[in-house]
Amino acid sequence: MFQQFSFNHVLFMLTGLGWTIGLAAIALVGGSIAGSVLTLMRVSSNPVLSRIAQFYIFVVQGTPLLVTLFIAYFGTTYLGFSIAPLTAIAVAFSFYAAAFLGDIWRGAIQSVPVGQREGAHALGLSRAHAMRYIIVPQAIRIATPPTVGFFVQLIKNTSLASVVGIVELTRTSQIVSNATFKPLEVYLTAALFYFLVCFPITLFSRSLERRLSA
Amino acid sequence: MSASDSVVSARKVSKFFAGFQALRDIDLDVVKGETIVVCGPSGSGKSTLIRCLNALEQHQSGELVVCGIELTAARQSIDAVRRRTGMVFQNFNLFPHMTVIENCMIAPMKVKGMSRDEARATAERFLKRVHIPEQADKYPAQLSGGQQQRVAIARALSMNPDVMLFDEPTSALDPEMVREVLDTMVELAREGATMICVTHEMNFARQVADRVIFMDKGNIIESGAPETFFAKPETDRAREFLAQILH
Repeated sequence: MFQQFSFNHVLFMLTGLGWTIGLAAIALVGGSIAGSVLTLMRVSSNPVLSRIAQFYIFVVQGTPLLVTLFIAYFGTTYLGFSIAPLTAIAVAFSFYAAAFLGDIWRGAIQSVPVGQREGAHALGLSRAHAMRYIIVPQAIRIATPPTVGFFVQLIKNTSLASVVGIVELTRTSQIVSNATFKPLEVYLTAALFYFLVCFPITLFSRSLERRLSA
Repeated sequence: MSASDSVVSARKVSKFFAGFQALRDIDLDVVKGETIVVCGPSGSGKSTLIRCLNALEQHQSGELVVCGIELTAARQSIDAVRRRTGMVFQNFNLFPHMTVIENCMIAPMKVKGMSRDEARATAERFLKRVHIPEQADKYPAQLSGGQQQRVAIARALSMNPDVMLFDEPTSALDPEMVREVLDTMVELAREGATMICVTHEMNFARQVADRVIFMDKGNIIESGAPETFFAKPETDRAREFLAQILH
């Protein structure tokens, strides 16, 4: 006998939503740290570092996140490391986010007009000072809208974490759907939850874009 | 001329860009207090020359001594020269995320290690000198082109440079803004600043230049007092050039 799709199921799905947001936050923090390193490597004057970073970005951007996830989880287990699903996910998502954020941020830094760098250098500011006080503050303005946009994608992509056993929103929906056999209602509810989280962020990104271009 | 008065000393300085030579064996001496105007048709190498003086472009051969420091590929020589030279660009290159006064304070604080108060006092003094102290807390985008260029001059001056380099400072300005910038430059020159100006403003050259340098195809082909240069240019190239811009 199937259960009725009830408020308790919705509450259960909300706990899943909590995990979804948590995973996205982990990915954002981990991805930002690794992405910063990649960005610095990409814009450094050392061609070897820059190439390594570029290669990394190409490989990760050209690989499905699901496959990265399988490698991080099943691959490491196969090699004999016992790795918690959450750790595998934190690592895979961070690596994935880093590749995109690194690229977004490199683009932002390089789109600051070259005259800004020259102005800073002509004043005697060192490269590090020019970067810190002149280039990066302007690059942040340029990078904010696409970064926020990427974060929305990241939130949705956390649904992939269900395949390695994290009981996030998509996984809770599967469970509830199996128990109630009401897939349409259940998945529409899940879609609504994703939307309610992502839409305000999209709006925020739009308004940032407007404000920063003004 | 004593060695300590030399601000620029160039011997056979050459610069190549992929496939062509922008500067050919340039010899140039500038001493303290001089105002030099560099002119010439576009592509003659005048901007490249002035940009080599603070190593925004690096020369590849010859010897270039600026403010007593020999410019080499070494970081220290480049940093030392840049600390003693001020540059004003065609497109201002003000920092848009900083207010006018912050634009003038950042280098004294970060390069010279001045305190915030000290840097603010210095910046205020130079903003007064270019006649825009009241704009100190605005952002560059809120100012007219002429005002922005004067901020750029104040920003360069606030490092108290030994020489000011001007790279076509009025070329990007609306005609009605040119005057105020040139007036500021004339004042500077009359106060005894050492200036090297790439400009086509021949009235400016007549008023304050000690020497006009005419460049063509990477060579300095004439160099002399403005009266002589304008009245009796020696080369056909200079005559053609003057005919085109003075009419």
